[in-house]
Amino acid sequence: MIKFTVEDHDGARQEVEAPDDMGLSLMEILKASEYPVLATCGGMALCATCHVEVLEGQDGLGDATDAELDQLENLPEFFPTSRLACQIRISPQLEGAVIKLRGEDN
Amino acid sequence: MITTDICIIGAGPVGLFAVFEAGLLKMRCHLIDYLPQVGGQLSEIYPQKPIYDIPGYPEVKAQELVDNLMDQIKPFKPTFTLGERVDHLAKQEDGSFIITTNDKTQVHAQVIVIAGGLGVFEPRKPALENLEAFEGKGITYMVKNPETFRDKNVVLAGGGDSALDWTIYLAKIAKRVTLVHRNETFRGAPDSAAKVFDLASNGKIDLILSANLKEISGNGTLEKVTLESKNKEEINIDADYLIPLFGLSPKLGPIADWGLNIDKNAIEVDTRDYSTGVDRIYAIGDINTYPGKLKLILCGFHEAAIMMHSAFKFVYPDQKLSFKYTTVNGVNAF
Ligand SMILES: Cc1cc2nc3c(=O)[nH]c(=O)nc-3n(C[C@H](O)[C@H](O)[C@H](O)COP(=O)(O)OP(=O)(O)OC[C@H]3O[C@@H](n4cnc5c(N)ncnc54)[C@H](O)[C@@H]3O)c2cc1C
Ligand code: FES
Repeated sequence: MIKFTVEDHDGARQEVEAPDDMGLSLMEILKASEYPVLATCGGMALCATCHVEVLEGQDGLGDATDAELDQLENLPEFFPTSRLACQIRISPQLEGAVIKLRGEDN
Repeated sequence: MITTDICIIGAGPVGLFAVFEAGLLKMRCHLIDYLPQVGGQLSEIYPQKPIYDIPGYPEVKAQELVDNLMDQIKPFKPTFTLGERVDHLAKQEDGSFIITTNDKTQVHAQVIVIAGGLGVFEPRKPALENLEAFEGKGITYMVKNPETFRDKNVVLAGGGDSALDWTIYLAKIAKRVTLVHRNETFRGAPDSAAKVFDLASNGKIDLILSANLKEISGNGTLEKVTLESKNKEEINIDADYLIPLFGLSPKLGPIADWGLNIDKNAIEVDTRDYSTGVDRIYAIGDINTYPGKLKLILCGFHEAAIMMHSAFKFVYPDQKLSFKYTTVNGVNAF
């Protein structure tokens, strides 16, 4: 299990625990934790509704792929630390990270 | 006013196939969609992706499936209102409905079928103060009629394909086109990006890169767009129109206000015929929910067939419906 922190749209922070041996994505964990992530495309880097900002612990998460950047750059708001949660695997690199939700919550 | 038997809200795959099922029972359909094209999620989100779970097709591209559905329903001559959002449903004394769109198009129908999927694909909006106050007064998110922009100062914002395509198109019509993009390069189609750079170097358009929208102002209607460059410099542009093009995202939208039972952004239905709690209103496809619901195209098709058999009694109250295979009668066009 690894632990990281999620900051919701109102700025409230909460620690989330997730298994790192099931090949889950950060989007799947956020949804399972009942955060309001739409994830319209189901994790195919096609909808950008799972937009998050990695506030701390970005090192080691790897670079965004072209498909991911295509989506991110299209958004009205985009930060140097923006990522798509569906493209981040839950791995030990995520330990201690701080993730801020940025996607639309409908 | 448009008059039809069945008005279908949403021209995604399920709304389209519903036309076929209605046609077999001699019921005419009119479809309305807020997107400028038919196909719903398939055309808007994943036109080039293969789908593997449509019976009879080991593999089919999403857009190809939509094109085939359009072919399949051609004999039944459905009519369409595209680029408009259904905002109101009004029940008439005889039980029928009048639907009104945001552009004031009205449709009179005996039965309403909500095939609204994930909801209306709404434009993503930039975080600008006063944005809403200028909507329809200079701010627009969709180019419906390019002539609106003839001889006007137009600012486009965004870096995707639609920002590039409309910049190229409007450069021919508008007085001046300015394209604002927050990066230095475009990730849209390389061909279109090259054309935009060409237009800029020939002085046909203004291309402002590495800048963001900061402010909009005007007296009643839009007059000025203020940008902020990477090094925090302000740039002011005279503008009659600002077209932010940052993609679309689905929102349940007006469907939530029609007095139907909604659970987690979906309409609760009776699985015997996919009727909602309101007589003559059905909901099929991704927009409905019931125990065991699967959001699959296949399931939406099944729901369309069942609900049309139930809707028949409202369109032909004096006739009794007997079930027949298409192989018995064929597909009888109108
Ligand atoms: C990336 C991705 C891959 C997928 N892969 C598969 C797959 O392999 N197999 C499968 O079976 N399914 C797949 N799906 C799911 C499938 O796309 C949906 O089940 C299907 O699109 C539902 O069809 P629909 O007609 O109900 O709704 P939609 O396709 O969502 O269409 C609804 C339409 O209604 C319109 N609308 C809504 N409200 C209004 C209003 N008030 N006024 C006007 N218009 C309105 C919307 O603009 C939209 O065009 C996938 C989905 C995604 C995103
Ligand atoms: S879920 Fe659609 S881009 Fe991540």
